[in-house]
Amino acid sequence: MGEVIVITSGKGGVGKTTTSANLGCGLAIAGKKVALVDADIGLRNLDVVMGLENRIVYDLVDVVEGKCRLKQALIKDKRYAGLYLLPAAQTRDKDAVSPEQMQKLCENLKEEEFDYIIIDCPAGIEQGFKNAIAGADRALVVTTPEVSAVRDADRIIGLLEANELSSPSLILNRVRPDMVDRGDMMSMDDVTEILAVDIIGVVPDDESIVVQTNKGEPAVTVESSKAGQAYRNITQRILGNDVPLMEFKQEESFMDKLKKLFHKG
Amino acid sequence: MDLFDLFGFLKKKEPSSGTVAKDRLKLVLVHDRVNCSSQVLEMLKGDIIKVISNYMEIDEDELDINITQTRSEDNSGTVPVLYANIPIKSMRRNSN
Repeated sequence: MGEVIVITSGKGGVGKTTTSANLGCGLAIAGKKVALVDADIGLRNLDVVMGLENRIVYDLVDVVEGKCRLKQALIKDKRYAGLYLLPAAQTRDKDAVSPEQMQKLCENLKEEEFDYIIIDCPAGIEQGFKNAIAGADRALVVTTPEVSAVRDADRIIGLLEANELSSPSLILNRVRPDMVDRGDMMSMDDVTEILAVDIIGVVPDDESIVVQTNKGEPAVTVESSKAGQAYRNITQRILGNDVPLMEFKQEESFMDKLKKLFHKG
Repeated sequence: MDLFDLFGFLKKKEPSSGTVAKDRLKLVLVHDRVNCSSQVLEMLKGDIIKVISNYMEIDEDELDINITQTRSEDNSGTVPVLYANIPIKSMRRNSN
């Protein structure tokens, strides 16, 4: 039986779509059959992040309205066996779909023998959010170590729990280890203490995410990418394997060493 | 900038911005979570003063009522608590 995982955050721009793409791709590389569902109707983006924008014929709303069969709308990613994308409609709005329809869609995807169905949730707490979480078995909340993002994550966690999606897991994205060391950024421990939820991964701020998104290939496929490694670790944890959280050891520059020396005095 | 940093330990130590962020968040989330505005808190404060004043004379200026967080009994997380510090000046004689 497949598992439906919704990737959500409340605040926009914290990396929901990037996370969805990387985890979907990571799970497919691990040999699973994965459906990536873009639930951000009207503002579709998962297709460009995945580099599949030229292959869209039908979309999620077409499936829900019965204009095509589910299989016709699912785009098969030729690079990774077992990876499929169900794109969002671009010219419709969130009200085109109801939570009940999303629930049904998730059930139908499970019947297609997908191991994982990853839903990329839109920002906000309105209709689009309610649709995206309707059919989910589990939620991953993405946040960054900033006051606004953490505050919104707290609100989302409350709403998820009110909707019987208890104990969501947290992904802390765009961490800058140098800033955390200086005390100028909240650490993983700070954020988990505030939100009181389990953490499933910490992703460092990494240029390779921008580079890979430019190309339409998720960073999880790049061996040398630190963020990619973080996503590979999260993939393993989703699969139930115990992987220690990444440690970010910064290489100290000469100036840093000098500073430390003086600060000790 | 680096040169100033070298002498940073001579200056008065300010809390790091990360700590400031954490403290601000804690406070804002306490109010977000219980959905209690400062206006509601003021009304609550007024009512508490009214009730308690029937029994004892209290120092209204030193009165402190706030919503904070505390560890839950089973240690699974934090729960909001209503914290009230109400200094008593004297008991009212006619209270009983």
